[in-house]
Amino acid sequence: MATTKMKIRKNKAGGHDVMVLAKHPMETGLRKDKKTGEKIPAHFIQTMEFALNGTVVAQANLGAGVSKNPLIGIAIAGASSGDTVSVSWIDNKGEGDSAETVVK
Amino acid sequence: MKRRIFLKGSLAAGTVAVAAGAGLLAPARVLAATWPEAAFAAKTEADALRAFFGDAAVVDSDKVSLKAPLQAENGAVVPIKVMTTLTDAEAIAVVVEKNPVPYVTSLQMTVVAGGMFSARIKMGQTSPVNCYVKAGGKLHKASQEIKVSIGGCGG
Repeated sequence: MATTKMKIRKNKAGGHDVMVLAKHPMETGLRKDKKTGEKIPAHFIQTMEFALNGTVVAQANLGAGVSKNPLIGIAIAGASSGDTVSVSWIDNKGEGDSAETVVK
Repeated sequence: MKRRIFLKGSLAAGTVAVAAGAGLLAPARVLAATWPEAAFAAKTEADALRAFFGDAAVVDSDKVSLKAPLQAENGAVVPIKVMTTLTDAEAIAVVVEKNPVPYVTSLQMTVVAGGMFSARIKMGQTSPVNCYVKAGGKLHKASQEIKVSIGGCGG
């Protein structure tokens, strides 16, 4: 099951927009479980790293203030058809996921 | 067969070395792989900016724009998009003044990934949303107030 999806589209600046959708609860740690009354522990993505052909080009820093199932977008320049764009993220529990796509 | 980068614990420190060798990263722009804990712990915007950017003067700039709704339908999911024409942008930070944790998200980038950063954020109440782009030692700012009727921070 893919928990991280990526879409790459050409943008108006002559580069590409990379959109990443990660499945994640992004819990703030403030919400209470309705049944038990206990606070649901904070659980959120912390860093998301973007790479072009294996070279890191950007790192997004996220916190609990980012919405559930984060949709993060960045623009990259200089990507050509056939290049590989990859993303890896890791959360505050040390769990993570990654995805990669080839630029059309 | 390509190996998937599955990270546990430390971020791919090896890729930074590769990147430096490839010449895509100038020495001053090697990306720090650590999550900016101090910025996320800051209770005020000023403290968050200092923790993330260090001391840098804030300037209003027409080279940074923020696309965001004037009114948020749902405070738990507010789409924002920061765009900049600054070619030496190093980092972008999004701060929601009135959120319990003002520092919401940021992007640290090399020249290859500098023009746009978008995210969906939570807002607890009507507040200015301030975006800062660090370039040339200054923080270039764009801001917009977003009205929120139902807060989305939970608790």
